[in-house]
Amino acid sequence: MNSFIRIRGISKHFGDFVAVDNVDLDIAKGELFSILGGSGCGKTTLLRMLAGFEIPTSGTIEIDGVDVTHQAPYDRPVNMMFQSYAVFPHMSAAKNIAYGLQKERLAKKEIERRVDEMLQLVQLGDFRNRKPDQLSGGQRQRVALARALIKRPKVLLLDEPLAALDKKLRERTQFELMNIQDELGVTFVVVTHDQEEAMTLSTRIAVMEKGRFLQIGTPLEIYEYPSSKFVADFIGTINIFEGTVRRIDDDSMVIDCEEAGATLTALGKHDVVVGQKVSIAVRPEKIFVGKNEPDNDDDTKVSGVVHDLGYLGNLSIYRIQLANGKVVLVSSQNRRRSATRFLEWEDQVWISWRPRSAVVLLD
Amino acid sequence: MKPHSRFVLSVLAFGYAFLYIPLVFVIVYSFNDSRIATIWGGFSTRWYGELFRNDQVLDAALLSLRIAFTSATIATILGTMAGLVLARFGRFKGRTLFSGMITSPMVMPEVITGLSLLLLFVTLQQLTGWPGQRGFSTITIAHTTFSMAYVAVIVQSRLMSMDESLEEAAMDLGGRPVRVVFDITLPLIAPAMVAGWLLAFTLSLDDLVIASFVSGPGSSTLPMYIFSKVKLGVSPDINALATLLIAAVSLGVLIAWIAMRRMRT
Repeated sequence: MNSFIRIRGISKHFGDFVAVDNVDLDIAKGELFSILGGSGCGKTTLLRMLAGFEIPTSGTIEIDGVDVTHQAPYDRPVNMMFQSYAVFPHMSAAKNIAYGLQKERLAKKEIERRVDEMLQLVQLGDFRNRKPDQLSGGQRQRVALARALIKRPKVLLLDEPLAALDKKLRERTQFELMNIQDELGVTFVVVTHDQEEAMTLSTRIAVMEKGRFLQIGTPLEIYEYPSSKFVADFIGTINIFEGTVRRIDDDSMVIDCEEAGATLTALGKHDVVVGQKVSIAVRPEKIFVGKNEPDNDDDTKVSGVVHDLGYLGNLSIYRIQLANGKVVLVSSQNRRRSATRFLEWEDQVWISWRPRSAVVLLD
Repeated sequence: MKPHSRFVLSVLAFGYAFLYIPLVFVIVYSFNDSRIATIWGGFSTRWYGELFRNDQVLDAALLSLRIAFTSATIATILGTMAGLVLARFGRFKGRTLFSGMITSPMVMPEVITGLSLLLLFVTLQQLTGWPGQRGFSTITIAHTTFSMAYVAVIVQSRLMSMDESLEEAAMDLGGRPVRVVFDITLPLIAPAMVAGWLLAFTLSLDDLVIASFVSGPGSSTLPMYIFSKVKLGVSPDINALATLLIAAVSLGVLIAWIAMRRMRT
């Protein structure tokens, strides 16, 4: 891959605490890359090292072929949108946006022209003279975005860009961000703890935990082919069954699963031996639920009772209790319009899934 | 308990009366025509006129104002720097000691502060010949030391409540650290500095104890002059002087309060 941002062996220690632990990462030009993880996983520290606010304990960061590891924040071709937006409260929206260009000592005319252009881009033309305390949260966020973009950075860093917005505004802003990124072609690096935000925004996601990357891939790869139980569980919800390998065939294997009270089939070649303990993971939306036993013999089938159900409008969520007590989460689309529920509490049901829907996890 | 019960209101009224009735008496009697301070002889502003013809009073007032202005200004500069260090330079070694030592003049008994400063000035004079005469400069230094603490605390609390990423954002946008202080930090803590300056000014104008220790012959501040006059009996022009001081201090406190209120928004 042609890497625009090249991170090699980056670590950051705070005393005895290792915030970022020997991380390598390549990001291509024009990507919208997300670093996803829980609080304290090291994602913000990594972002701050990209911005220049923290000096790495070891390792190097290159941007567009230039080593910036020890460059000061004001010398880097990188700008950041802060989680708190950090809009200067004593300056109007236009002055906030102009600040970066003034530091570059550009001509007044040029600054004015580019500020106008930016105000247009983020649709704040009517608010140019407002002070931040006269702006809404969403407007402040757009001032922060414009202020960072006006410097035409090679990389824009975004720290939890949508966390402070309400749900409706988030969805709109998400798409605005993607459009702006598309239009300007700037490389975006987003740090977030919100997996939904990461999924919809990004070209690629790195899942981070305890200072390391657990998996780097497209949203689809991460969701459908998680490499570990942590990733599978962190991104969306998933049912995990523990079991032992009983037989390995050419292109599949059979697993005894006491938890499910059944033998499960999983497709694909894996680096396992007979008798090894493995986990099988199945997403709730990949499980079918019905009152009758499905007649397809290839599918994995288990019977249970409806333990709990939730009606969400577009979806119904069921918690199905199997004979040995294990509870399986199933979600199904409400395709048919109906005044009565398809399933009720304590209904006897069958759940089933295709072998290819199951993911084998080794750790 | 109901917030507006009669009991609470009367306690409140009593408390405020206790604090302010003496001041009201001073103000009312400053307009008293009679020569005897405690007997009402009709309304008059003659004591104010007499006050302004009294050179001793004017000299003392001018000295007090000069000291207050100078010490408040130095205290604001030093206190702001101390506040900046405490709020922005992270956890450096000896931080707790430093912050404790900055605020300790606020709780130190004035007699101790005054005495120790006097000893310092006397020793300095013996060793270096400076200060040749105690007066304006020694009182100014003494006032700066304790009022600096107040400025530092006000500035520090303002900085603590301010988003640290504001300064980082300015650096991110290309501002060098020194520029960022002038572009972002100082404009945002300006109200705190104004409040601190006014507080320092008022504290210096009010101080009697420390000034008495570190002043020399011929340099009496206004409070020292009043105190020495009162020892010989309360004369009506002192009431007038006190009224002017009350007005000046109230004005200072009012402006400081407005500045601090603005800074919260």
